[in-house]
Amino acid sequence: MIDSTEIIETIRMIESENLDIRTITMGISLRDCPDPEGKAARKKIYDKITHHAEKLVRIGDDIALEFGIPIVNKRISVTPIAIVAEASHEENFVSFAQTLDEAAKAVDVNFIGGFSALVHKGYAKGDRILLASIPEALAATERVCSSVNVATTKTGINMDAVRQMGEIIRETAQLTKDQESIGCAKLVVFANAVEDNPFMAGAFHGLGEPECSINVGISGPGVILSALKKLKGASFDEVAETVKRTAFKITRLGQLVANEVSRRLGVPFGIVDLSLAPTPAVGDSVAKIIEEMGLESCGAPGTTAAVALLNDAVKKGGVMASSHVGGLSGAFIPVSEDQGMVDAVQRGSLSLEKLEAMTSVCSVGLDMIAVPGDTPPETISAIIADEAAIGVVNNKTTAVRIIPVIGKKVGDVVEFGGLLGKAPIMPVSRFSSVPFIQRGGRIPAPIHSLRN
Amino acid sequence: MKAIVTVIGKDRVGIIAKVSSVLAERGVNIMDISQTILQDYFAMIMLVDLTGMTLSFSDLSQKLMEQGKTIGVQIKIQREEVFKAMHQI
Repeated sequence: MIDSTEIIETIRMIESENLDIRTITMGISLRDCPDPEGKAARKKIYDKITHHAEKLVRIGDDIALEFGIPIVNKRISVTPIAIVAEASHEENFVSFAQTLDEAAKAVDVNFIGGFSALVHKGYAKGDRILLASIPEALAATERVCSSVNVATTKTGINMDAVRQMGEIIRETAQLTKDQESIGCAKLVVFANAVEDNPFMAGAFHGLGEPECSINVGISGPGVILSALKKLKGASFDEVAETVKRTAFKITRLGQLVANEVSRRLGVPFGIVDLSLAPTPAVGDSVAKIIEEMGLESCGAPGTTAAVALLNDAVKKGGVMASSHVGGLSGAFIPVSEDQGMVDAVQRGSLSLEKLEAMTSVCSVGLDMIAVPGDTPPETISAIIADEAAIGVVNNKTTAVRIIPVIGKKVGDVVEFGGLLGKAPIMPVSRFSSVPFIQRGGRIPAPIHSLRN
Repeated sequence: MKAIVTVIGKDRVGIIAKVSSVLAERGVNIMDISQTILQDYFAMIMLVDLTGMTLSFSDLSQKLMEQGKTIGVQIKIQREEVFKAMHQI
């Protein structure tokens, strides 16, 4: 029989350290759904999603029960709608978002991602319509998530799209101002977006993906934190080893669940995403892990190095535990979803600028950051440009999910509820970036993109 | 299919009997059993075979949980693969 201390260890991880499978995300290709008639296209989309994902939630719940491990979210990602809806003669894609919302509700998933466009080099017809539809689409739907890729290492940064995204974010905030501008929490601006990310709000089913696939996002900051608590005063060699070992165990569980979901649904397994995704639950915090390494408060000098170690060790530990690793994989540093980050902001140790530095070594980018509602769109665009530059030059994914909460100012706190948590409004630089953003055009790809 | 039943709680008379009766009544065979005391807390671990089980996994899980409540302990049942995956290569 398996060693009883190992059995107890697993149970402790689940019961008291918040170990869970964060999401099983079914990717569904909608490439066979375009139609000159928008209505016909939407029917094909609805039918295809509800057919493929009919059993997703039930099977996810069965597996959670049998394995005794919570599977927090069941979600769907689809082909970027800009591509699917482009063939229609319609000038507004909001009704496509509503169809996605209805399909998500019909199969009871809590989010559906893919109201997306890839415009890193320029806009096609469908991209232009989709971008213009984002604010209204996010206001008119509940479960739809939107993402826009504005830059890649290979193509550089599309500064026209960066400029427009600042305006779109402000408009989305305005249209959802009665709910703390929550529309912006469902909108991600990417550089180097990945095609198999299972995490929301940035998930979409990429063009190189199969007809249907299962991607699994694991989590477990609480487990890593509790392992590090036993290492007071130990060297970084030991810290890195412990993170690796713990990440290995967590990932093995993710792989097991992924295989089982894939087998029961008869859908190929795609990847396991080795992400440390925090939640507002006490102890389930990436900030607390950073502080456990010896920093008084997250954001203190040393934080970037701590994130770098953590991000790298999680990957090294997880990669051997899974047959295919993908998605974003690394440590997430959202503010509102991580109580430790919220505390650090309120203590005054963590600023937007420090978060930006951390994103150069974490898995994604500036995530779930609330800023004053009167932040100029050009400033938001300039923040996106900085983040995209970090991604493009460092050959990594970066993203911005920023929420200018209408009517709120620095010092206020907004409640988004559930896994989205609560966020203190963070100060933004008061210096203008307007002429910079007005230039438009493209920032060329860096020299090291020319690898052929 | 094999599963691990874990019983955790304050030690008291008759825990093993109460748990094994739920299993026996439903055709679940106990293959191995071990128990330890962790700081006053009783932890019993059973390896069980579900091949002859006469109800669904979720019903069995429910029955065990209810029995646990009546005797003041926490009873969980999980498929064995979970532990193998995490601790064995």
